[in-house]
Amino acid sequence: MSEEFKVEIVNPEKSFLSKEDVVEVIVPAFEGEMGILKDHISIISFLKPGIITILSKSGEDKFFVEDGIAEFRNNNLSILTSSIFNLKNTDKNRILDLIKIAEEESNKTEINDQVKYLIDQKIEVLRSID
Amino acid sequence: MASLDDLKKRIASVKSTQKITKAMKMVAAAKLRKAQESAEKGRPYSEKMNNLILNLSNGISDKQNAPKLLLGTGNDKVHLCVIMTSDRGLCGGFNSNIIKKAKSYFSKILDDNKELKIITVGSKGNDQLKRTYGDKIIGNISFKDSKNINYFDADKVGKMVIKKFEDDEFDVCVIFYNQFKNVITQIPQAQYIIPLNNDSEEISSEESYEFEPDEDEILNNLLPKNISTQIFKAMLENSASEQGSRMSAMDNATRNAGEMVDKLTIEYNRSRQAAITKELIEIISGAESL
Repeated sequence: MSEEFKVEIVNPEKSFLSKEDVVEVIVPAFEGEMGILKDHISIISFLKPGIITILSKSGEDKFFVEDGIAEFRNNNLSILTSSIFNLKNTDKNRILDLIKIAEEESNKTEINDQVKYLIDQKIEVLRSID
Repeated sequence: MASLDDLKKRIASVKSTQKITKAMKMVAAAKLRKAQESAEKGRPYSEKMNNLILNLSNGISDKQNAPKLLLGTGNDKVHLCVIMTSDRGLCGGFNSNIIKKAKSYFSKILDDNKELKIITVGSKGNDQLKRTYGDKIIGNISFKDSKNINYFDADKVGKMVIKKFEDDEFDVCVIFYNQFKNVITQIPQAQYIIPLNNDSEEISSEESYEFEPDEDEILNNLLPKNISTQIFKAMLENSASEQGSRMSAMDNATRNAGEMVDKLTIEYNRSRQAAITKELIEIISGAESL
């Protein structure tokens, strides 16, 4: 009847978020942003640094993630991530701090291209937040 | 028989010990609630991770070329044991139970002429093992400084294990920890993390997934994460067990101290009474002889 499905976000410490009335989720999948609607095919995908947007009946939520895995199956979307925070209650200083740390990491010479690519992505996303 | 003064001192000292154990019990009880909560909250993540890996490994088409972290090296020569214990003592049989379990495993390994390597997490395990197995211990990690268990600590241990695996330092990895059942029961566990133990019931879904990027890459990325997650889970269980074990140990200690105080008080009263009676007899017999 409805176009809703269930989303669960868990991090190692706790179950971060669980919602039943979700209409669409946009996740920063490894090969580009991906929108998931109800009855999507079963999929497992890695996440790169980016913003998860959850559109539900009760409004829109945005979260920043650094890494993670998204699994969609039987209209259940589970997102496993070790680094996530809600953009709504995060102040600018924290984001600026994160940018600074990421920039320092990006300037290190010993990292390989893939890591650097991910860090640059992260910086770009963080900068675009406000 | 001890003099009245001695008895008095002993009663006082037992009472102050009782106070300490009582305080420790209360602290442990408060910490236990927190630890138990975070152990329960941490379960969904590791369960989901496990399911994912199960789904993936069932769906894998080319079993021969599957990542080594999943299947192991094919050898069974060198065993790495990660022993998780606490950093603090006074927690009953908590550490000894893990060590006992680990030692029986060690002797089995050594009897089979296999090589043994040990990493201890937590200083108590290191203390107990270094006498007998000192030459086997290749690393010791302690998280004395971090107040709460966090994922990054677990990740550190996980990365260390993975690095050693990639350097071909071992074939099989087992972690030892106490599983928290309830406040009085903790079950020492030995869990294989490399190769991955797949004896949990197979998920019957024949459904195939779409993968992005491809299967192999996902597995290669997921397996190291899974190891950290399993270690993290073990750490959470362990900390809940530690507090539970400490709480019941301190409860016993407080009760024993109470019993001891009662016994000593009776003895004290008796000997006081005896002294009084003796004095009276002396006075009476002195008066009678006049």
